[in-house]
Amino acid sequence: MSLNSKIPSGPLEQKWSYYKSHQNLVNPANKRKLDVIVVGTGLAGASAAASLGELGFNVKVFCYQDSPRRAHSIAAQGGINAAKNYPNDGDSVYRLFYDTIKGGDYRAREANVYRLAEVSGNIIDQCVAQGVPFAREYGGLLDNRSFGGAQVSRTFYARGQTGQQLLLGAYSALSRQIEKGTVKMYNRTEMLDVVLVDGKARGIITRNLVTGAIERHFGHAVVLATGGYGNVFFLSTNAMGSNGSAAMQAYRRGAYFANPCFAQIHPTCIPVHGDYQSKLTLMSESLRNDGRIWVPKDKTVSEKLRKGLMKPTDVKEEDRDYYLERRYPAFGNLVPRDVASRAAKERCDAGYGVGATGLAVYLDFSTAIQRLGKHVIEERYGNLFQMYEKIVDENPYETPMMIYPAIHYTMGGIWVDYELMTTIPGLYAIGEANFSDHGANRLGASALMQGLADGYFILPYTIQNYLAGEIRTPRMSTDAAEFVKTEAEVKERIKKIINIKGKHSVDSFHKRLGHIMWEYVGMGRTRESLTKAIELIVALRAEYWKEVYVPGTNDEFNPELEKALRVADFLELGEMMARDALNREESCGGHFREEYQTEDGEALRNDDKFMYASAWEYKGDAAPEMHKEPLNYEFIEVKQRNYK
Amino acid sequence: MESKGLNLTLKIWRQENAKAKGKFVTYEVKNISPDCSFLEMLDQLNETLVEKFEMPVCFDHDCREGICGMCSLYINGRPHGNDSGVTTCQLHMRKFKDGDTIYIEPWRAKAFPVIRDLVVDRSAFDKIIQAGGYVSVNTGGVPDANAIAIRKENADLAMDAAQCIGCGACVAACKNASAMLFVSAKVSHLALLPQGKIEAKERVEAMVSRMDELGFGNCSNTGACEAECPKEIKITNIARLNREYICSKLG
Repeated sequence: MSLNSKIPSGPLEQKWSYYKSHQNLVNPANKRKLDVIVVGTGLAGASAAASLGELGFNVKVFCYQDSPRRAHSIAAQGGINAAKNYPNDGDSVYRLFYDTIKGGDYRAREANVYRLAEVSGNIIDQCVAQGVPFAREYGGLLDNRSFGGAQVSRTFYARGQTGQQLLLGAYSALSRQIEKGTVKMYNRTEMLDVVLVDGKARGIITRNLVTGAIERHFGHAVVLATGGYGNVFFLSTNAMGSNGSAAMQAYRRGAYFANPCFAQIHPTCIPVHGDYQSKLTLMSESLRNDGRIWVPKDKTVSEKLRKGLMKPTDVKEEDRDYYLERRYPAFGNLVPRDVASRAAKERCDAGYGVGATGLAVYLDFSTAIQRLGKHVIEERYGNLFQMYEKIVDENPYETPMMIYPAIHYTMGGIWVDYELMTTIPGLYAIGEANFSDHGANRLGASALMQGLADGYFILPYTIQNYLAGEIRTPRMSTDAAEFVKTEAEVKERIKKIINIKGKHSVDSFHKRLGHIMWEYVGMGRTRESLTKAIELIVALRAEYWKEVYVPGTNDEFNPELEKALRVADFLELGEMMARDALNREESCGGHFREEYQTEDGEALRNDDKFMYASAWEYKGDAAPEMHKEPLNYEFIEVKQRNYK
Repeated sequence: MESKGLNLTLKIWRQENAKAKGKFVTYEVKNISPDCSFLEMLDQLNETLVEKFEMPVCFDHDCREGICGMCSLYINGRPHGNDSGVTTCQLHMRKFKDGDTIYIEPWRAKAFPVIRDLVVDRSAFDKIIQAGGYVSVNTGGVPDANAIAIRKENADLAMDAAQCIGCGACVAACKNASAMLFVSAKVSHLALLPQGKIEAKERVEAMVSRMDELGFGNCSNTGACEAECPKEIKITNIARLNREYICSKLG
């Protein structure tokens, strides 16, 4: 199958309006006859489900948590970008588009990103209308702050809980539709497969996580809003339940998986402190607005700090190396995430790291506290400082925070065209679950923007272009042979995993997979490390299917079984990430191949050979086949990224 | 990191399903790092149970950074344990001493039936929000975000109330299992903003009546909810709720 991205013709700034004025729509009477399934209730899923319900479609929504309000979008701290130009500092749709393309290291589609920037302003309007309590100035208007990778202040925020407030906004819109009966909500229900009838997505198979009941659901179209797969690494900033299983189910049914190797490592997380650790906690990137990152200039000082013989506050100003300010004077501490992460790793690898493990750098607020006063810092970051103190037991007003990079977000995901449809007709992917807008690196405060853009303003249009052709398709009985067959396959997989009755827990395998990923498919990748990773993951997967132990049965509340099914998918996803990283012989964004770097250690792209999105097609037991979607930059000049 | 590990006795509520009779079961855990979180301590217990081919202790959790509201646990008689302003996932073992005995129970309230062990069903909270915890606007066609100026003070107060994570600690802490703090947080958030004023009357009536239908108890002003709220939502919100409710009745 050749990839058709379906980008409308015409000038960049007219593509989306042209599309909207020429697409097919569904009339109100027909909307009532059409069922849409939405899986996931994060920003993308909740906003899409609410908007589709408002339009009059019959919507069924699923989440694995006990309430749609728990989805992990809720944990996003810093903010949401929009090209409103309220601060009058020179922002525009074009500039947001340009920053996003450049931040993504020229590996995203121009047309998609432009559309994203175009609708960004509507998102803020929508959220304010819902009552989202964004931060305000004394005059009563909205406040903005700056974020990595941009030279303007375009980030709207609600203290350090922007994701929470935006998600609760979408959740409230969703709740309103549930009350009206246009949306039916299934809490504690996990998707286990997608059902295809005559090549089109027609429904899903789910497991009721309370009773274990396996159920069939029909939809004229299916939308996956199931988030990213960062938990392949076991330790990440994702929620414990975040998983890549829906994406893998779609992949195994024929949806291509794009750019799996593009994973974002966030520079400001609380460092790892023990092998019992279950997750890593992010400290918002907004902290880099006022915090300065440093390590000592002298290795022997670093060593004393590691051993606790000295305190960071004892290190004199002239003995500190503010390495981001030194290397990147134009952007300083606000370079994009991939650049900041690699710079931290470089310093630690060179022996300058601090903290007991030597895998940490300082994020210091003393200059900002002197300049602005403690109360200003408290107002801006109070809850983050409190969170840090609860975890680490140190007071960041008095001593610098220690931070280190951690896996945070996956730019890769299910391949989608301009309409957000996957290679399976009728199957859509939105939000972090798709690959579309962030290229090889996502800028801070752009995930919230993309999730809500997809859910409120893009999918509710584009899905109608497909559904307009389905108005004559009657609701299908879930007794159809395809549903029965897919359900039987799901049940078989569950039976198989429970019946292994091996000796080791699911978590023990997941941790081992995480070690392989971090060690060999992490921040610095090489041909050797990736080849080794593939070998190790294949072996681990074989061992998993012989040695894992899942207690209990399918017919009960059984979190171990839930984890077992997810980890089985991570074991396939990890291999695909390594394969993709091995294929991509260049460094770009979050993907850093040590063989491909400039003399001063910056990522070195190879546009002649790799100016494409890779899209992997499942081939059963054989190796997956890679397809290429060439990226044509018609409107902007492709450059070497430069934050100096 | 260098600190000595803790040896603890855990008395954990085990209950196979909603209908089964539950009981406390005693477990010993050894050499627990004071730097790990309470849930990571339970992870370690569960790992040893799985190694012995036993069913691990079920508990709700997800983000593990204090914001999703999924984790719960009634620890030594206090929702989210003996630290203030934190959820269970943010509670650290340095708050306990070597040799301690810790009682771990689910939220106990008629409106929150037990699903298994420490996991309860909090969908009643969703139903209260569905009754009216929103501004009735559809996607699109809304005014520019800066078209309405809002006093910073009100925006900040609205944000204080909007921080509720819906964990249910207020209900668990209350001797009457009242949901007044939860309901008042949402009513206050929207009542403080011009966007929410238009439907204020209908909202407060619908949400309060849904709360009553779902089997939550009455508020008797003990303030336990405020003391245990991990987001430190103020009881003054309940006063505002009462005011809004009375005003709605008076017309």
